[in-house]
Amino acid sequence: MTSVEATKQRGARFGVALLFLGPAVLVLLALVVWPAIRTVYDSFYDSAGRNFVGFQNYVDMFRFERMRIAIRNSFIWVIVFPVLVTTTGLVLAVLSERVRWRTAFRLILFMPAAIAILSSGIIWRIMYETDPSRGAINALLNVPAAIINPPGNLQGTAPSTDDVILGDGGLSTTVEIGADGGVVRLGLLRIRAEDLPESTIQAADPVAAGAGTLSGVVWRDIRSGDNQRGVVEEGELGVPAVTVQVVDSAGTIVGSAGSGDDGAFSIDGLDPGTYSAVVPPAEFQGSWGGISWLGPTLITIAAIVAGIWIWGGFALLVIASGLAALPRELQEAARVDGATEFQVFRRITLPLLTPVLGVVFVALTINALKMFDLIVGIAPGSVQDEANVIALEMWRTAFTGLGNRGLGSAIAVFLFVLILPVMLLNIRRFKLDEDRR
Amino acid sequence: MTMLAPRSAPPVEDMVEELTVTRRLVKFFSRGVVQFVLIVVALLWMMPTIGLLVTSFRQPELYGVSGWWQALVDPSQFTFSNYSSLLTDRNLIEAVISTSAIAIPSTLIPVVLAAMAGYALAVMPFKGRDALFLVVIGMLVVPLQMALLPAFAIFRGLGISGLPAIWLYHTAFGLPFAIFLMRNYYAGIPLSLIEAARIDGAGEWTIFRKVILPLGFPALASLAIFQFTWTWNDLLVALVFASDQEPMTLFLRNRLGEFTSGIGIISPGVFISAILPLVIFFAFQKYFEAGLLGGSVK
Repeated sequence: MTSVEATKQRGARFGVALLFLGPAVLVLLALVVWPAIRTVYDSFYDSAGRNFVGFQNYVDMFRFERMRIAIRNSFIWVIVFPVLVTTTGLVLAVLSERVRWRTAFRLILFMPAAIAILSSGIIWRIMYETDPSRGAINALLNVPAAIINPPGNLQGTAPSTDDVILGDGGLSTTVEIGADGGVVRLGLLRIRAEDLPESTIQAADPVAAGAGTLSGVVWRDIRSGDNQRGVVEEGELGVPAVTVQVVDSAGTIVGSAGSGDDGAFSIDGLDPGTYSAVVPPAEFQGSWGGISWLGPTLITIAAIVAGIWIWGGFALLVIASGLAALPRELQEAARVDGATEFQVFRRITLPLLTPVLGVVFVALTINALKMFDLIVGIAPGSVQDEANVIALEMWRTAFTGLGNRGLGSAIAVFLFVLILPVMLLNIRRFKLDEDRR
Repeated sequence: MTMLAPRSAPPVEDMVEELTVTRRLVKFFSRGVVQFVLIVVALLWMMPTIGLLVTSFRQPELYGVSGWWQALVDPSQFTFSNYSSLLTDRNLIEAVISTSAIAIPSTLIPVVLAAMAGYALAVMPFKGRDALFLVVIGMLVVPLQMALLPAFAIFRGLGISGLPAIWLYHTAFGLPFAIFLMRNYYAGIPLSLIEAARIDGAGEWTIFRKVILPLGFPALASLAIFQFTWTWNDLLVALVFASDQEPMTLFLRNRLGEFTSGIGIISPGVFISAILPLVIFFAFQKYFEAGLLGGSVK
């Protein structure tokens, strides 16, 4: 082959390469490289892109409240999200290796990756409804909450007469015990007949029962038709199983009783004098209202939890494939030497897995910085500002409202600078891989 | 004397026996615990999806009153009306068409371009090849936001808007990963195959079509599935470049303002938009995983 021919052929080869590469390179130059450079340039100009403003946009970025929150939230994402997801993936990868249905398990965890991230946000918004009777997360948390702090039977009710007071100390009223005893009527409103037990019957109006005895009734002071408050009338039901205490002027409980099916109760052995009849506050304890996950304080944490749901399967899968590729001999040898499972994991498996964990961690860090759709989907309109992140704020600044081109570009550059170390890392990693070949 | 003599140690086999019995017991119980934990995790992981599905089949007025799980106790809460009214909604039908009109070309164009470029970068020797590939690797992590504003201006200047703008932008930002994947795949195939074809007198284009493309099928499939899912589910590019089309993600986003009253549209909408990616996920699971795992560099 003459040198001329060789040159010709090399030239032809180059031409062919250009044909194959040309379209891709052209698109990348026109829509990635050039615009990226242009964005850096624009970030030093004003909102319309007309006047040079130096670093003003970069200064403004840290001055505006909305953006400061966005930057703060992005940092929370970057610090919390990759660690949590990688740990979740690692733990589940190791655990799922030990069960026979691991493929099914991994499939279940990976499934959210197929759903649009915006949709995942919407799905979690349904989960996070505050009222425990509507939101599944709070409903689950309500199970232990109801055991620790059970709601009272009389929650939401109110006394029917002014002399009976409902406060932090429960329901209370003053009673006089005279020579022939005393009488007290505790009428309640805002109580539904169907919430009372089936055995409930017509309320019994109390009559003085002799010296030292307090006779009383707790009843539902409501009936259809005309109704006189504070008077036990035909058609009004007793409220059973309510504890009533008698408290003397020193605050000591001197007697207590529970109301019957007709709401009546009686307490003996009281010296004449003035007392309070009290229904303890526990009876009025409201049911747990639920955590406001989508409120301004917790929204970022709530979104990160949804993020774990979306990306946990990805971390699990990458780490599991890394685990499967590990040589088994070392672990077996350590086990034979009497190492516990935890020691094997800590001293052998984990160090060998480090490169894989690194890849997952870096990928998740980038995802944390690029977070966009999830916030749009999960945060109600009123808390979009509190849930804001850099990637979302860039779009909001540049494309909503009047559209600030300079500031929007500066935010994009800021985002890019945060991602830049990963870019350099990728290039370095690949260079090393190539050199090793 | 005999009493002071040390008690003879139990035979070694017995000790080993004992050890393995305790070990087995520990193993048995710890396996039970692991099983239990994983079952709980799996159930928790499925709960949101099930919650959505149940919500989408439940009378929408009930959403503001009680939780979706009530329908599991009281099946009379179930209804098909959400779907039957949504599936006849012209906006939704147009949204599904728009999403397809976005996702299909936005997948095919970069896949073809990347197959060509990846092949050139893997097999053809030319000056600056490695440097070019490193630039592509650098582009992997460039955020979409970095080019939005100038690209918007370029498209406007050229009179490009709507669908073609979305296709081009998805192509541009899908290409680095696509080229990366294809180049690495082609770098692993034996050159002798290509040489054989060349000796038979096949031109570069023929070799590409007859040898390279079929050989690259597994990588192309993973890539296509990855890119299709990505563009089908995309929100940001659609938000910026869509003109009169409203793909599913936009359709949903535009209805989030009235969440509680709109749940009868939103929840089945989420499900309808997820059906195709989920079918692909289950049907082509291997390719899906391969694509997404490869995507861990992105």
